[in-house]
Amino acid sequence: MHALLASDVPYWAQSLLRVLGGLVAVLLPAGTVVYLFLFKMMSFMQSRLGPMEAGPYGSLQLFAEVGKWLQKEDIHPARADKFLFKIAPLVVLASTFLLVVVVPFGPDAWFTNFEAGIFYALAVSSVSVLGILIAGWASANKYSLLGGLRAAGQLVAYELPMVLAVIGVVIQAGTMNLQEIVVAQNAGSMFGWDGLGNPYLLTQFVGFAVFMIAVQAELTQTPFDMPIAESELVSGYMTEYSGFRFLIFFIAEFATAGVFSMIAAVLFLGGWGVPFSWFGWTSLGDIDNWMNIVGPLILFTKMIVLTFLIMWVRFSYPRFREDQLQGFAWKVLIPVSLVNIMVTAILKVAF
Amino acid sequence: MGVFPLSPADTTEAPRDERRETELGAILGALGGNVADSLLKPNDDIWVRVTTESWRSSIETIRSLGYAYFCFLSAIDWMPSPFGKGENDPTQPAPERDNSIVQGYTGGATRFQLLVRLVMPGSTSGVNIKCDVPDDSMTVESLVPVFAGANWHERETWEMFGINFAGHPDLRHMYLPQDFEGFPLRKDFPLLARIVKPWPGIVDVEPLPGDENEEESEQS
Amino acid sequence: MTLIGDRQQLSYIAAQAADARVNVELETEGMTLNIGPQHPATHGTLRIIARLDGEQVVWAEPSAGYMHRGYEKLTEVRTFPQVTALVNRIDWLGSFANEVPFILAAEKLMGVEATPRAQHIRTILFELSRIANVSLFLGDLGVQLGAVTPVFFAFRDREYVLNLIEAATGGRFHPNFDRIGGLKDDLPAGFIDETRSVMKKLRNFCDEIENLLFGNEIFQSRTRGIGVIPKEVALQYGLSGANLRASGVDWDLRRDQKIAMAWDKADWKVITHPDGDSFARCWVRLQEVRESTRIVDQLLDTIPGGPVMVKVPKIIKVPEGEAWVSTENPLGEMGYYVVSKNDQGPFRVKIRSASFNNISIVPWLLKGVYVPDIITILASLYFILGDIDR
Repeated sequence: MHALLASDVPYWAQSLLRVLGGLVAVLLPAGTVVYLFLFKMMSFMQSRLGPMEAGPYGSLQLFAEVGKWLQKEDIHPARADKFLFKIAPLVVLASTFLLVVVVPFGPDAWFTNFEAGIFYALAVSSVSVLGILIAGWASANKYSLLGGLRAAGQLVAYELPMVLAVIGVVIQAGTMNLQEIVVAQNAGSMFGWDGLGNPYLLTQFVGFAVFMIAVQAELTQTPFDMPIAESELVSGYMTEYSGFRFLIFFIAEFATAGVFSMIAAVLFLGGWGVPFSWFGWTSLGDIDNWMNIVGPLILFTKMIVLTFLIMWVRFSYPRFREDQLQGFAWKVLIPVSLVNIMVTAILKVAF
Repeated sequence: MGVFPLSPADTTEAPRDERRETELGAILGALGGNVADSLLKPNDDIWVRVTTESWRSSIETIRSLGYAYFCFLSAIDWMPSPFGKGENDPTQPAPERDNSIVQGYTGGATRFQLLVRLVMPGSTSGVNIKCDVPDDSMTVESLVPVFAGANWHERETWEMFGINFAGHPDLRHMYLPQDFEGFPLRKDFPLLARIVKPWPGIVDVEPLPGDENEEESEQS
Repeated sequence: MTLIGDRQQLSYIAAQAADARVNVELETEGMTLNIGPQHPATHGTLRIIARLDGEQVVWAEPSAGYMHRGYEKLTEVRTFPQVTALVNRIDWLGSFANEVPFILAAEKLMGVEATPRAQHIRTILFELSRIANVSLFLGDLGVQLGAVTPVFFAFRDREYVLNLIEAATGGRFHPNFDRIGGLKDDLPAGFIDETRSVMKKLRNFCDEIENLLFGNEIFQSRTRGIGVIPKEVALQYGLSGANLRASGVDWDLRRDQKIAMAWDKADWKVITHPDGDSFARCWVRLQEVRESTRIVDQLLDTIPGGPVMVKVPKIIKVPEGEAWVSTENPLGEMGYYVVSKNDQGPFRVKIRSASFNNISIVPWLLKGVYVPDIITILASLYFILGDIDR
């Protein structure tokens, strides 16, 4: 997109398009995830119908909900730190937008083609921790504080397995550029057969499993949702929020789920690409322009599949305890991913 | 229609309950002079009234006989309520009521009596133990050192009847506000809703199945 | 064994917790967390004041009374038949089971015994209340642990049972159906076949919950070894029902008590578990629902004929005397100590509700656990606020 536009569109229009593109890339996954999974799949799993009144099969329910939240009064606790309290949801949402920047949607459809893309993505995903900590602290509520502290501990603990899981991919691809990781997967071949390319899901399945578990924890989805833990901490760091600030938290939660799924799709499922051998492409330069339209759709589909996994686990599992979660991260996930790195490195050198 | 006994005292058989007789015998033997009175209703239950001074030690003794399960602790206020059942019109002068204190099973001498039920786990061999609460001091020994579960029951009894438990670790209000005055389950604590508005429900009857034809005759 | 530390500490904490202002400073000695009275995990309005050191509970004390309705006082101004309408509301999820021991106590004092058919139907309805009650527990257990799905299954299948209770009694939650001498009415047509099919559904529900929750590793790691109650402590505190049986005490009043109900006409097992932890309590309850469905199935086959009501006078006067009757209710042993003075109404009714004793162990049990375990332990003890506060 950027490359296409660079030649004939003025800078202000480019910027406008990028802002619009960013909004679409963040809000569309969020809306889809909420409607498809939170409203419908969850309802079907729980033997109920879910929203049915607003629009066909309740498809406009989301707009009704957003409208409802926007109408609500923006209140804050009397003894809260008002500035921090108000800025916290924005920090969390900002982290989502920062994340989506490096995701490649097509051969030319990207916001920025960053050489250390995955490194950057893992770094900015931690920004949301700051927002959550701020929210927990500024709410002047013990539940929020406990939730915020839990979130901080948890996100720090799961950052590490996530990074380690990605290292396997980086070793195999030989690059940290997400676009090049996509190309490496789709242009690759498995033992000389290139009908499917070489999605790293097959070679890095341990890394994929660790990455998805870490994503689940980063998103504070159910087996790891102690920061929110509605039966213990009421709603954790979100307890005191209402109205559009709660809405922002809500959007950020599901948009981040979507964006993380996109990153997982890019890392392990071949991202926006199709196996290049189908169309006789060999490198990024050969790819036809229509992939800039089809690519985002492919990526979107893969994202839906991965968010389905996340949500499936979320709706079926009970919750860990904080110490069990830490133990799981440090005693299971990190050793497993270290072994994975070692094996990957050895095989990389051997082949 | 089958015929089922309705008369309360079916004395024709004079049933014996050998299991309970042995149990009561064991309890009386162990307690010795601490027993003030006892009662055995065949195929029903055992009542033992112990002296106030020996309250805790008696419970301990009975517990050592195997009655290790603490069922409940409460109290009974034997004074009939001066307000009746609240069925009378408050604007009229109150009717004459017999306000003499009559204790129930195993007798007694005071207005308040404590009541504890201990059960032998794994069976239904239980014993209801009563003891008089001295009218002047309103204090008995606490059972918390014997049964930790008595804590809340004693708090409740203290709150509702005003009976003090010497040696209770934490005698605080349980249900009511901390500054509540009065002891609601005492009979002389008025149930204000019934005082301000008499309630005709006391004579309320519903038709029972199978007596539609007798309705008129029994109504009188 | 001491329940609560020294008085001074207690009053300090009580004063601090009573202070409605938000206390944000994290002192080195810990933080007082006030769980409830309005909290998603308290099934009503129980309040737990917990002193935390990090996530660990140093000291915790439940504070009941936000729903005290004074039933013991209210029974003294009502007639015997009217009391059932009150005691219905004690354990509101298994209402019918609350009426039975009171009516049995009144019958004992009067020397009346319900007809065999009435006893049978009472037992069936009693077990249906248990199923309705405990199936909700099984669903709610998931919610307390963070699994949102089981509760919907529980509500779905509980609805079938409530429909049965409604069909028989006219009330879904508060049947008020038991009468001195029998029941208000006979069973409606089609009740027996419908009940059979519902019992089949409930057994499926139990399998579902067992697969969904009890086999789950996270569930097991959250509940096994958490909140262990040794047998002796359980007896001392007067725990009853599944909480006691989960501590390895083989005691079920339905089996061990000679009482005018029909449990002895069915072949069923008393479930016990040796561990005494949260998992054991939940597991025992799950198995008990299964046994209950078996009891109901068997009793449906053998309902005797005859009337459902013996002849009792219209205006019931209960002779002088005292009687204690308790039954194995969904939450545990529920009993009534009824004192009558040859009057239309009781002189004094002591309501011994199961949750009151079951929750009184909480200060002992919560020492040293983590905050999430407070919720697990409370959920596994299974209390209903109306049953604590009465």
